[in-house]
Amino acid sequence: MPMITIDNVSKWYNPTFQVLKNCTTSVDKGEVVVVCGPSGSGKSTLIKTVNALEPVQEGTITVDGLSVTTMKKDLPKLRSRVGMVFQHFELFPHLRIVENLCLGQTKVLGRSEDSARAKAMKMLERVGLTAHAEKYPGQLSGGQQQRVAIARALVMDPICMLFDEPTSALDPEMINEVLDVMVELAKEGMTMMVVTHEMGFAKKVANRVIFMDAGEIVEDAQKDDFFGSPRSERAQQFLSKILAH
Amino acid sequence: MFSDFDFNVIWRSLPYLFEQGMTFTLTLTVIATIGGLILGTFVALMRLSSNVALSTFAASYVNLMRSLPLVLVIFLFYFLMPYIGQWIMRADQPVQVGAYSSTIITFTLFEAAYFSEIMRAGIQSIPRGQVMAGYAIGLNYREVMRHVVLPQAFRNMLPVIFTQTIVLFQDTSLVYVLSITDFLGAASKVAQRDGRLTEMYLFAAVVYFTICFTASFFVKRLQKRISIIR
Repeated sequence: MPMITIDNVSKWYNPTFQVLKNCTTSVDKGEVVVVCGPSGSGKSTLIKTVNALEPVQEGTITVDGLSVTTMKKDLPKLRSRVGMVFQHFELFPHLRIVENLCLGQTKVLGRSEDSARAKAMKMLERVGLTAHAEKYPGQLSGGQQQRVAIARALVMDPICMLFDEPTSALDPEMINEVLDVMVELAKEGMTMMVVTHEMGFAKKVANRVIFMDAGEIVEDAQKDDFFGSPRSERAQQFLSKILAH
Repeated sequence: MFSDFDFNVIWRSLPYLFEQGMTFTLTLTVIATIGGLILGTFVALMRLSSNVALSTFAASYVNLMRSLPLVLVIFLFYFLMPYIGQWIMRADQPVQVGAYSSTIITFTLFEAAYFSEIMRAGIQSIPRGQVMAGYAIGLNYREVMRHVVLPQAFRNMLPVIFTQTIVLFQDTSLVYVLSITDFLGAASKVAQRDGRLTEMYLFAAVVYFTICFTASFFVKRLQKRISIIR
């Protein structure tokens, strides 16, 4: 059963510039789908349409059977069930780490301060950052901040997770600590949609790979098919460039 | 030069300088700051509004105010206000506003333009990603503003607001053009009357410097204390 369905989605930034062209795909429960493609191909935009951070003009998107594209009033509630991790972490710099993890729990899920804190500490332990609970985001390294950002999404008990280039803003030595957490999540059966250039990660944990170019889904294939014998020429070129070294 | 320096004239005029002069200077500063902040917030929200008419009106207002010297605005309002009043109230004769009220209205309107720009910059300085992150964890527009955008914007703009208030405190001395007795005006009057220009103007300078320098010092300390670690 699909957790996320994207059906014939098109989006224009202005009447002349189309960023998404009739995109159709789906992500099953427990599936890990990697979205890749050259910059400007619309992959970040596509993943942001799933929790309606980017509105679309045409097509429908559902998450867990609920239509995201027509929903208005309950949108915040739906978003709280879809975890999102951003390229630039986007932790709230004026709040302590633990407060970052509690904000959504108390304001959106209505949890008490105590239970939110307990949950926050549990998640921090999971990403190995308990010692930093009382610090501010600016005092942590990029890799640590991104792990906090993952924990901030996890405390909401999401039914699926979206990752928008979670490692592209990181120094090379910090990429693995973030990928490790993501691999762990994938193994536990979390439904994940991941925009990334980390082909090692894709090979290791992805079930499917979606290749985008110029706003179109050019290829949507099982991982082994995609890496073994990509059908489209554009995907072949992309792979040869990205896997050259 | 200082051999015939008469400290006594300062001492004698202290009650007049502070009870009359400084009281007015501070009153004007406080009223124009509070009024300017309230009005400025509305102007900033109008300017950020998606309604073109509102944002154009706000932008024109801000640009007009910022393009005119304050002295000119003080004069213009003083001379125009009676006629504007007459027009609004449809009276037969120009409405007498008086230098005092005219000054307070002018400074409030003038400062509103500056404060609105500070507020607008403060709100816009928060990256779009922060707003997205707020929405992504399920907050609604009001909650995102209240818990994510405004706390950060406020920290960014508070020192600038205080600095603008210090500038305003100095600018209030411009009311001399309407012969109002502010602190500098009071010092000036004593200086002319007693022929003690050096003493009185030096003393006024020391007072202005002490107040503004101390205030700036505290603004800097405040800035350090509330600034966000990035």
